[in-house]
Amino acid sequence: MARLPAKGVAVLLGCLVLWEVLARKSTALALYFPPASAVLATLATIVGNGELLSHVAASLARFAEGYALAATLAVGAGLCLGLWRPLYALFEPLIELLRPMPSPATIPIAILFLGIGDEMKVAVTVYACSWPILLNTIDGVRSIDPVLMNTAATFRLRPWERFWKVVLPGASPQIVTGLRVSLAIALILVTTSEMIVSNDGLGFYILDRQRSFQIREMYAAIVALAVIGYGLNRLFLAVDGWAMAWHKGLTRKEEIL
Amino acid sequence: MLEVRDLRKEFQPLSGQPVVALGSVSFRVEAGQFVSIVGPSGCGKSTLLQCIAGLSRPTAGRVLLHGREVTGPPEGLILLFQEYNKSLMAWRSVLRNVRFGLENRAGMGRAEMDAEARRYIDLVGLKGFEAHYPWELSGGMQQRVAIARALVRHPEVLLMDEPFGSLDALTRIELEDALLRLWESLRATILFVTHDIEEAVYLSDRVYVLSHRPSQVIEEIEVKLERPRNQLTTREDPRFIGARHHIFELISKEMAKA
Ligand SMILES: Nc1ncnc2c1ncn2[C@@H]1O[C@H](COP(=O)(O)OP(=O)(O)OP(=O)(O)O)[C@@H](O)[C@H]1O
Ligand SMILES: [Mg+2]
Repeated sequence: MARLPAKGVAVLLGCLVLWEVLARKSTALALYFPPASAVLATLATIVGNGELLSHVAASLARFAEGYALAATLAVGAGLCLGLWRPLYALFEPLIELLRPMPSPATIPIAILFLGIGDEMKVAVTVYACSWPILLNTIDGVRSIDPVLMNTAATFRLRPWERFWKVVLPGASPQIVTGLRVSLAIALILVTTSEMIVSNDGLGFYILDRQRSFQIREMYAAIVALAVIGYGLNRLFLAVDGWAMAWHKGLTRKEEIL
Repeated sequence: MLEVRDLRKEFQPLSGQPVVALGSVSFRVEAGQFVSIVGPSGCGKSTLLQCIAGLSRPTAGRVLLHGREVTGPPEGLILLFQEYNKSLMAWRSVLRNVRFGLENRAGMGRAEMDAEARRYIDLVGLKGFEAHYPWELSGGMQQRVAIARALVRHPEVLLMDEPFGSLDALTRIELEDALLRLWESLRATILFVTHDIEEAVYLSDRVYVLSHRPSQVIEEIEVKLERPRNQLTTREDPRFIGARHHIFELISKEMAKA
């Protein structure tokens, strides 16, 4: 795993200091713009007394369920669509129409059909996450070199062997790219849907504290959200670096050429 | 054992007239022979091998293996692609790439397959590189992996498409001799495409010369040089030089027509 560059950390700390100084200087803004130190202290408090943890757990549960479902469905569908052109031709207009539509627009529909519970939040997360995974998987399958497919043919691999030994690993770098993009999208949709209608979760908490003028708590939860997003991404990169080491090596070599 | 009858292959490019790659190609290869095909660039040599391997349907004509028409990839026949580097699996180590050649063989355990794979890695001179990935190897080493992967399967017929085309002279000489040794010990039938006339004569029992597009066999040359062949003495043999001159003149005439 790549370590944080020292200069980057310095810029980050610089911004925090700037935040602190600006917030302390302007008393007029004090209500809306608490200093960084106050926000971090509040974060420590609400984490310490357990207030935040149930909301984090609720959000993460929705995230995990939605993301896992989206990954399974979209990778499966993408492999089929990528392998079978007539099927893709059939679905292409639909995909091209739905893809550019902002995913939060599905929330009202999901509320109509699934109510305001977890099902709705998971469903919109699955919908939004599926696109990058689906499109990248289709593309990954299609970009497998024909020589490789012909190699599988001359070695007389059966269809399912071709799938496991050539198609899936061959498309995996692109599938991983899709999964990585969707990681952030999942978090966005979980939070957004929680802000619209919920009684727990980080999205709910942030909006609720804003409405009740607990501005420090609001900022603290936003910071927590950023840290969670960062942590999930780092976790993803760690798994990716381990599972896709061959691809890292391959692309590094291509960069030199 | 392998017979190509009046094979014709046309391609329809995205725009323009159809390209007739193979006009009418006919020849035979007997079991255990080492046969080469030489011809001007773009005359359809790769196309021919792909039709024989059952990967591409000819427009007309037939390929017969043991008297049976080839309609899909036949059992016991392996094609080594001209783009060998693209035919290796970048996500598999050398050992696992070579083992791939055995994996869909019934009745072989993992340990047995690995032992066989190691033996062939050794035979092509890659001992010590079992755990490396293809992209960590040089072009010549990658080609050895592709050869080991094909040979480990003990194919009855091996089709090789300009396998040494992009290698330096020394590696080429080394691999030519390694291939001949393996061919002799495995008693396989090899159909070898090359643009190098000397290489064709040096390796083969028989050389077929293809014409310019639309191609057909314009001559069949028997090479009656003793085996095992020797990089120095064989190449100095008057019969070797005679065959080389003859083929060179044939191909020069073809190139002039183009
Ligand atoms: N998929 C294709 N679509 C259209 N034309 C093709 C296709 N594949 C091959 N051709 C044409 O068929 C001809 C023969 O191609 P082929 O690759 O078999 O030649 P070759 O003899 O192997 O050449 P080289 O010695 O350069 O490898 C070429 O003129 C090429 O333009
Ligand atoms: Mg070719």
